[in-house]
Amino acid sequence: MTPFDNSIGDLLVFFGKTGNVLLVLGIITFGGFLFRSIGQLFDNRGETFVEMPLFIASLLAILLLAVVSLIWSAFFGGRAGLRTLILFVAAIVFGAWAFRYAGQLLTDNAPLFRDMPFGVAFGYVFGALALIGGIWFFLQPVELDGAPRASVIFFRWAVKGFIGFAIAAFLFRLAGRYLGTNGTRKLFRQMPMTAAFGILVILIYTIVSVFAGVIAPFGQEEVLANSNIVPGGDPAVGGDPDYPLGTDQIGRDILSRLIYGAQNTVGIAFATTLLAFFIGGSLGFLAATLGGWLDQVLSRLVDVLMAIPALIFALLLMTIATAWAPKLGIPLTFFMVVIIAVIDSTRVFRLARAVAMNIVVMDYIEAAKLRGEGLAYLVFREILPNATAPLLAEFGLRFCFVFLTIASLSFLGVGIQPPLADWGTMVKDLAQFINFAAFAPQVATAPLLAAGAIALLTVAVNFVVDWMLHKSSGLKE
Amino acid sequence: MGSVLGIIVQRLALGLLTLLVVSIVIFIAVNALPGDFAQAVLGQGATPEAIKSIREGLGLDQHFLLRYFTWLAGMVQGDLGTSFAQLNFASNMGGTQLKTVAEQIAPRFQNTMFLAGLTAAIAVPVSVALGIMAALYRNSVFDRTINIATLSSISSPEFFLAYILILFLAVLNPVLPSLSNIYEGMELSDRLVRTVLPALTLTLVVTAHMMRMTRAAIINLLASPYIEMARLKGVSPMRVIVVHALPNALAPIINVIALNLAYLVTGVVVVEVVFVYPGIGQLFVDSVKNRDIPVVQACCLIFAAAYILLNLAADVMSILSNPRLRHPK
Repeated sequence: MTPFDNSIGDLLVFFGKTGNVLLVLGIITFGGFLFRSIGQLFDNRGETFVEMPLFIASLLAILLLAVVSLIWSAFFGGRAGLRTLILFVAAIVFGAWAFRYAGQLLTDNAPLFRDMPFGVAFGYVFGALALIGGIWFFLQPVELDGAPRASVIFFRWAVKGFIGFAIAAFLFRLAGRYLGTNGTRKLFRQMPMTAAFGILVILIYTIVSVFAGVIAPFGQEEVLANSNIVPGGDPAVGGDPDYPLGTDQIGRDILSRLIYGAQNTVGIAFATTLLAFFIGGSLGFLAATLGGWLDQVLSRLVDVLMAIPALIFALLLMTIATAWAPKLGIPLTFFMVVIIAVIDSTRVFRLARAVAMNIVVMDYIEAAKLRGEGLAYLVFREILPNATAPLLAEFGLRFCFVFLTIASLSFLGVGIQPPLADWGTMVKDLAQFINFAAFAPQVATAPLLAAGAIALLTVAVNFVVDWMLHKSSGLKE
Repeated sequence: MGSVLGIIVQRLALGLLTLLVVSIVIFIAVNALPGDFAQAVLGQGATPEAIKSIREGLGLDQHFLLRYFTWLAGMVQGDLGTSFAQLNFASNMGGTQLKTVAEQIAPRFQNTMFLAGLTAAIAVPVSVALGIMAALYRNSVFDRTINIATLSSISSPEFFLAYILILFLAVLNPVLPSLSNIYEGMELSDRLVRTVLPALTLTLVVTAHMMRMTRAAIINLLASPYIEMARLKGVSPMRVIVVHALPNALAPIINVIALNLAYLVTGVVVVEVVFVYPGIGQLFVDSVKNRDIPVVQACCLIFAAAYILLNLAADVMSILSNPRLRHPK
C-alpha cells in the first residue's frame, strides 16, 4: 500500500533520458506560453499576466496540471483518502467565503469584514475547524472494544502537556509581574509568553540538575530487581507505582536516570560551552587587540577548522579519543568536553573578534592606551564589558548547539559513556520501544521522554534568546 | 563581467586551498590513532611477523609524509584506496574480490544525494512559501504560530523529530515505512516512499532557518520608498511582496538556502542512522567504529568538500546578486 502510484515512478524513469528531458522541457515551455496567452486574453485588469516571465508561467502551468491531475485521480481513480482531503479543503474554501459574506451582511459592511482578505478568512475558518476537530478528537474514548486507541491517548497527553505548560508559563509571568525588584517586574511586563515559558523551563532544569541526588528516588547506576516495568505506574498494564516511569531493559529506574541525566548532560554541556567561550573569547579579544601576525595565524586556523562540518569533525576526533582514553586512563567524557569546546570555540572566536574589532577603534580604547594601560586591563576592563550583550545571546545559542552535539554523539554511541545516565544514550537504548506504541502506548513513552527532555531545554533556551535578540534589535515591523 | 569571473576563480582557488589544508588536518587526525590497523585486526594474539606483513602489505610502514602524498595523489585520481575492513573480510574468506573504497562509497553517495535532493525539493518551496505568508500576515496569529513551530523544530535534536515522525506516520498510522532499506535496482516509486520519512525529518530541521530568513529579508525591504510607492498606487499586499519585494530579497534567501544545504551534510549522519538509510553518513559512522582508516578519510574529505563547495556557492551567489559586491571599490 503506497500513497504513490507506480505511474509516477515510470514518469521519473522517462524523465531520466536526455532526449526525453529536452522534449519535456519543450512541452512545458509551450504549456507555459499557452497558459500565459490564455491568461492574457481573460485578464481584464491586464496586470498579472502581461509582465509574467515565461518560466514562472511554466511553473504555474505545471502546478495547475498537478492540481487538476490530483483532483482527477481522487474522483475518478478511486482514492478515498485523497478525495476526503480535497473535499475538506474545498469545504474550508467555501466556508471562508461564506463566513466573510455572512459577516459583511450581518454587520452591515463593517470594515473588519469588508476589507478582509480571503487568506485571513480562510485562516479563521481553518483555525476554528482545527479547534473543533481537536476537541472532538480529545473527547474520543481511549479504549475501543478493550483495545487502547493509541492515537487518542497520545493526542490527550500532548494537549494536556501543552495546556499545562501554557498555564504554568502564564502563572509564572503573572508572579514575576508582582514579585521581585522594580527592574525584574518591568522585564516580566514586557515579556511574551514564549520567553516566560523558556525562563520557567530553564529554572526547573537548573533546580533538577543541581539537586538531582536529593530528588531522584534511586541511584543512576542502581540495577533494581525488576526490569522492563512499563511507565505510568498502572499495574493493569505492567506498571508499578514505585517506579512511575518504569525501568529499562536491565532494571534501572528511568525517572532517576532522567533526573541524573539533567545533571550529567546539561552540566557537561554547560561546562563545555564555558570552556569554548573561555578559549574562543580570549583568543578573539587578543586577536582583535594585538592584530598583526597573531590575528592572521588565528583567523586562518579558525577558517580551516570551520571548513569541516562540526559533527563530522567531532565524530572523527572522538574515534581517536576512544582509542586513546583507556591507554591514558582519562575518562572519554573529558576528551569529549575538550574536543567539542575546541570545535565550538572557533565560532565564538569569530564573533568575539568581530565584536572586539568594532570596540578597539573607539576613542576610549585609544585613551586607555595613551594612559599606558596594560593588555589585561584593555581586554577585561574596556572590551569585555562592552561586548557582553552580543556574547550573552551567543552563549545561549552556543549552549544549544553544544548540547545538541553532545546528545547526537551520545545517540551515535561515542558521547557520554554508559555508567553515567545521559539522555542521548537513553534514547538510543530505548528507541525500539516506539514500535510498540500502537498497542501499548505507555511503553513507547520512555524513549520519547528522554528525547523530549533534550528538545524542551533547547526550545526553551531558543525562545529566551529569540526574545533577547528581538528586544535588543528593536525590530518592530 | 570580467571582474566577476575573476572573483569566482579566486574563490574557487581559495576553496581548493582550504580543501588541501583540510585534507592535511584529516590525515594528521587519523594518524594520531594509537597503534594501527594491523594491531586492531590481529588483536591480542598477534605475532610481530603477522603485524609486519600486514603493515607492509598496506604500506603502513612507510614514512608519514610519503603516505600522505600517496593518499593525496590517489584521491585526486579518484582512487580512494582499499577498505581495510573489506581487505580483512576478503583475506578471511579466502576470496580475491576486493571492493575499493570508491566502489563502496559511490552507491551510498548517490543515495545520500537522493535524500538531500528530495529534502531540498520539499524544504525550499515550503520554506519560501511559508516565509512569504509570514511576511504577508506579519505579527498575526499565523505568523506567531509558524514562528514558534519552526523555532521549536530547529532547536529539537534530529532524532527527536525522527522518532516523533516515526511514531505518528509509521507506528500509529502506518502510512510510511519506518525503515528506509534502499537497495540497487529498486523501483523508483518504492524508493521515494521509503525516503519520504528521512527527508521529512531533515525538512523540519532546515525549514525554520530558511523561512525566517525569507520573512526577515522581505520585511526589511517593506520600509523602502519604492514599496511605499507600490502601496500608494493601490497594489495588493500579496503582489507588493511577491512582485516588488521578493526579487530584491532573493540574494539573502539564496544565500541562506545554500548554507542550509551545507548544513544538510551534517544533519544527514544522525538521520541516516535512525532510519538505517544506506547513505554515506551511515558508512561513516560504521567505519568510524571499525577504525577503517581509508573509508573514514574518504568520507570526511567528501563531507568537507561538499560543505566547502556549498558555502562557496552561497558566497558566489551573494556576490553575483549584489552589484555593490560585484564592483568593489
